[in-house]
Amino acid sequence: MKRVYAREEFCAGCKLCEVHCAVAHSEYPDDIIKAFLKQKVKPTPRVLVEENQPISFALQCRHCDDAPCTKACISGAMQKDPLTGVVINDESRCVGCWTCILVCPFGAVQRDAGGHKVASKCDLCSTNGGLPVCVQNCPNDALVFTDELWGR
Amino acid sequence: MTLSLSTPDFLIERNRDRCINCRVCVRQCANEAHIWDEEEQRVKSDDALCVDCQRCVTLCPTHALTIRKYPLEFRENANWSANAIKAIYKQAESGGILLTGMGNDQPYPIFWDHLLLNASQVTNPSIDPLREPMELKTFLGRKPEKLMMRDGKLVEDMPPQLELEVPIMFSAMSYGSISLNAIKSLAAAAEKTGIMYNTGEGGLHKDLYKYGKNTIVQVASGRFGVHPQYLEAGAAIEIKIGQGAKPGIGGHLPGEKVGLEVSQTRMIPEGTDAISPAPHHDIYSIEDLRQLIYSLKEATQYRKPVGVKIAAVHNIAAIASGIARAGADIIAIDGFRGGTGAAPLRTRDNVGLPIELALAAVDSRLREEGIRNQVSLVIGGSIRNSADIVKAIALGADAVYIGTAALISLGCHLCQKCNTGKCNWGIATQNPQLVKRLNPEIGAERAANLISAWEHEIKELLGGMGINAIESLRGNRLMLRGIGLSDRELSILGVMAAGE
Ligand code: SF4
Ligand code: SF4
Ligand code: SF4
Ligand code: SF4
Repeated sequence: MKRVYAREEFCAGCKLCEVHCAVAHSEYPDDIIKAFLKQKVKPTPRVLVEENQPISFALQCRHCDDAPCTKACISGAMQKDPLTGVVINDESRCVGCWTCILVCPFGAVQRDAGGHKVASKCDLCSTNGGLPVCVQNCPNDALVFTDELWGR
Repeated sequence: MTLSLSTPDFLIERNRDRCINCRVCVRQCANEAHIWDEEEQRVKSDDALCVDCQRCVTLCPTHALTIRKYPLEFRENANWSANAIKAIYKQAESGGILLTGMGNDQPYPIFWDHLLLNASQVTNPSIDPLREPMELKTFLGRKPEKLMMRDGKLVEDMPPQLELEVPIMFSAMSYGSISLNAIKSLAAAAEKTGIMYNTGEGGLHKDLYKYGKNTIVQVASGRFGVHPQYLEAGAAIEIKIGQGAKPGIGGHLPGEKVGLEVSQTRMIPEGTDAISPAPHHDIYSIEDLRQLIYSLKEATQYRKPVGVKIAAVHNIAAIASGIARAGADIIAIDGFRGGTGAAPLRTRDNVGLPIELALAAVDSRLREEGIRNQVSLVIGGSIRNSADIVKAIALGADAVYIGTAALISLGCHLCQKCNTGKCNWGIATQNPQLVKRLNPEIGAERAANLISAWEHEIKELLGGMGINAIESLRGNRLMLRGIGLSDRELSILGVMAAGE
């Protein structure tokens, strides 16, 4: 399946990926200013830039083949789509027990800052059908979206 | 001294209606002009630290930023400009010489802008480059006095030539003065477009050997990184005598920029200053230069053209004639607007000659002496666009070097702070955190695009003149007319006045 891979050597540490991810998953996906200034709770990104300069790279859910979060999920909210391979949290079923957060080996699941008490994670922008917004907006091509296995 | 008299040069304007406090600007400004205020949970700025590189402006996702000239004005004084006063404050505080980067920014005349090109009307047809073939291929190197053929073959071997698809090359910029990612961008772009890049005096990094056939290796007064494989690696060798931004002064790379890789490439200890002597201490005359030229030819079995690069200075024509007679295959002349990674401000802004005048004077002199065929002429020093190139070729150049324009294609915003090592665009820096910002894949594409774009424009301009090969334009000053120039300037340029 297609995944987002980080090219650490070109990550400028700007965190524009985080900004645009937060906007895309906010109440105002088409208006960056409203997403940040009008929405009551600050939008949370689902990609996180890990850094210890000069090293930095963007990390999001790896959509693992054998995803621990889907096995640990107590309500069946966290599911791996058998067709696309994308691991998605069905927020209507998520009870906010944070078990997935505990088991994710990458730290890719977070609590939703919106107080929804749901787990929030990368969905590969599966609703827009195109390039994930982090990849689209990285100014230095430090993120690639490909089905080749990178870095192995 | 607690009170500094220096005031900011630029003003950072943040539109608070648009700013989302994402802190992208804070992370991108290596000068730390944007600051995150933890208590207020918002971004603020320190104008005094801004150098107007526009990295933050370009990356701000909401276009909330503008950089302006700082509005504070000194009492009007035609003699004492703000720059003149501020320079004194600075020196009164530092006691040192003023350093800067990039080329001369003073308002001297730009002769390119006083030269107009011809076009065909009625009496000879213009050519449409989209329909008809157009030749820009250029060979640099000594051309034989005459061609003798026997059985359909040349009797004498052609002297070694550099072959260019377009008469443009990336000028010398050393590893050290610019980042490895910047050099990789230019090297890959040169390979893609069939031109050359130049190592500068910093040696050849191991990752760059694969670009050998598109490389000119330089030998400068510090002889950094010069060894047999290095001389063999390139397609040509260039002896650097001087550069336009600082004629008479050698390069100086401060020890902070000499990290492990730079030290290995330059073959000097890590952390030591890399100081190139002002002259080559084995070249005090044309005869000495001849020795070095022939030593390098000997070392490479006469298989590679050897060029000599000099800065345009008074008497340039006589100097160039001497260099031609010393056996150089290519003479590169760098005008006073040529860029640099670091130069004393007063030298940069007051020493040298406009390249247009130098080129015309040298080409005329070599023709008069009947030795123009012995050398190719390459000129540089602020070629800004394809029209400048066409004018340069018509004035007598065989090809041009572009340095500043090439860096601008990679993202350089001409903030002139190359000497600080804090280039926010990852170009003139060795700081790994900043170097990462320049992805050489993107850089190579941008630089190659620039060359292709200019290639199209040169063909367009040639076609308009009814010329289908760049060779027919070379030294064809009848295609030029001067406008707004004195008789003396017209005669040095060897062109007629517009209307004549
Ligand atoms: S947008 Fe790209 S360069 Fe910026 S932090 Fe994210 S991955 Fe790194
Ligand atoms: S959330 Fe973590 S465990 Fe689940 S698929 Fe993504 S990376 Fe794997
Ligand atoms: S990058 Fe732009 S939006 Fe983000 S904090 Fe800076 S000025 Fe504000
Ligand atoms: S120095 Fe460059 S990045 Fe920093 S504030 Fe000024 S323009 Fe922006």
